[in-house]
Amino acid sequence: MSVSESATLSRSRTRSLLARLEGPQTMGRGPGFWGGAALAVAAAAAYPLMADAWTVGNAAYFLIWTFMAMGLGVVWGYAGALSFGQTAFFGLAGYAYGVITLNLGAAYGLTLLALVLAVAIGGLFALVIGYFMFYGRIQGVFIGIVTLSVTLVLETFMAQTAGPQWRIGEARLNGFNGMSGMPPLTLPWIGGDIVLYPGPSLYYLLLGLVVVCYLGLRIMLNSPFGNVLVAIRENPHRVGMLGYDVRLYQTLAFAIGGAFAALSGALYTAWGQYITPSSMGLTSAALPIVWVAVGGRRDITATLIGTIVVLAGFQSLTIYGSQYALVVMGALLLLTVLVAPQGLIIGAMTLLGRIFKSRKS
Amino acid sequence: MALFQSVFAMLYQFGDTFAFLVISCAGLAVIFGMMGVINLAHGEFIMCGAYVTASTARVGVPLPLAILIGALVAGAVGMIVERLVIRHLYHRPLDSIIATWGISLIATQGVLIVLGSTMQGVGTPLGSIDVGGRSYSLYRIVLMACALGLLGGLYLLFYHSRFGVIARATIQKPQMAHALGVNTGRMYGLTFGLGAALAGLAGGLYAPTMTMVPTMGATFIVESFVTVVVGGADIFVGAAPAAAILALIKAGLTAWYGQLFGQIGLLVTVILVIRILPGGLSGWLKGTSR
Repeated sequence: MSVSESATLSRSRTRSLLARLEGPQTMGRGPGFWGGAALAVAAAAAYPLMADAWTVGNAAYFLIWTFMAMGLGVVWGYAGALSFGQTAFFGLAGYAYGVITLNLGAAYGLTLLALVLAVAIGGLFALVIGYFMFYGRIQGVFIGIVTLSVTLVLETFMAQTAGPQWRIGEARLNGFNGMSGMPPLTLPWIGGDIVLYPGPSLYYLLLGLVVVCYLGLRIMLNSPFGNVLVAIRENPHRVGMLGYDVRLYQTLAFAIGGAFAALSGALYTAWGQYITPSSMGLTSAALPIVWVAVGGRRDITATLIGTIVVLAGFQSLTIYGSQYALVVMGALLLLTVLVAPQGLIIGAMTLLGRIFKSRKS
Repeated sequence: MALFQSVFAMLYQFGDTFAFLVISCAGLAVIFGMMGVINLAHGEFIMCGAYVTASTARVGVPLPLAILIGALVAGAVGMIVERLVIRHLYHRPLDSIIATWGISLIATQGVLIVLGSTMQGVGTPLGSIDVGGRSYSLYRIVLMACALGLLGGLYLLFYHSRFGVIARATIQKPQMAHALGVNTGRMYGLTFGLGAALAGLAGGLYAPTMTMVPTMGATFIVESFVTVVVGGADIFVGAAPAAAILALIKAGLTAWYGQLFGQIGLLVTVILVIRILPGGLSGWLKGTSR
């Protein structure tokens, strides 16, 4: 093969990948949608110029959670397996990041290595759990029960690791109080490392990651892999009859969702420099379900927007009284299920689409 | 004598765990096994029963009556919840999980706001007995008897009463039962109410042994789900042996390695059972008997 031939081949491959940014599995297409998306990213990029560092660090906190939500969107909304235990991978990766950075230190960009390792550990754990579940032919509601027990057991295990005998190298697990004092993410740079404390620098890194992950997921969901996932959600038996290994696809989707939750967990630890067992508890496990269910689980865009909207909504709510936040959250879940089972954002998006279409015709 | 002592200690530990598993999973097993609804608010029905029992007992109502009142109140709440929420979700099992979780959040936090972070409980009645120098709570032995009575009572109710026949018919073939003149909607409501009442009963029975906090339901929910999952879809064939096996595992591990490993042993058992016997114990037992 000549050089120019391989260049055109790779170019056409890139083009076919980019073409998958739009497709049947994701809402939004055409210049209008992408213009809006670009505008939203530009607004998000301009945000730190107008706000003080604390607010920006707070906005970075919202962005951290979107990865876990998008992962759950893939597992639940697209592959149809409701996982209650995404926090297990979140917490595991959070602890892994802490243990690795406390042992290796933060020099030479080792925190980035720790981030990658933590995500890999979380993803592998999800792969193992997914293997047990899907190859054991666990279906429907049982998946929720198994994943919930996994995260609760991890919580009980971590909560009793108080005392000096529970240590991994330099890192003490500290039981119920959790670990603290991990270094934040650092970028190796000429003339000294850049330390990403919660603030504009971390915000920009997270914003970039969100955009990359979102676009990557769009490509994945519109690829043959994503189509098979949706087909499994709609009718697993038929997909099996057509010759696909349903279990393999479900396990892979679950591992991807787990890796995204792990990414959130490691970033969360790096952001706040602490992690506690309660991040794997019942209440924490409920949160991603709320974001994804309320926003809309069957579309990655709706999941992303819904998560940010719900998070921002709750934060403004807790200013008035944190004790009512959980009640409102429960009521919101109940309302969504009874009134708009598709999710509020998806409902709004279909409504918008219909309005635009009727205006055109 | 030393042998008798340790055997008795093991038996007591086993019976205690067995009773806890049976009593706490009964309500869940009825609602899930019969109706296919995963009720994540199960723990909150238990909490409701416990709170009602404790508050009526402190007013001066005798404890058995207070427990009964607790169960009835939980059952009534369950029927209201079924009418308002669950009824719309019978064909959407995943959504019913979400909805019951929403109810659970509202209930836990609502109780925390209204009644505060803890409530005064009732003391454990009946005192204790001495066997070979160690003392054992008599009330826990009563609870073991209650667990056996509960299993027997449920069996009689579902297999030897008119309500049981109609309920099972409704669950198995709703259209057929409807065509034969059964008010299936009411049967679903009653069955859900029965499950909630059983949960309330569990709360009432364990109220004297626990601290009254709004999150107390969470201590029950993992164990009861584990039992139901290991037992499989048919509650009568599956739940009792599942509780026995799990109690054996948990009591053994707790005795040798401590509480935590008992808990983790339960989880590992669930994953293994699901991997080896996807239909749970009842699916396996039925498969071999056919």
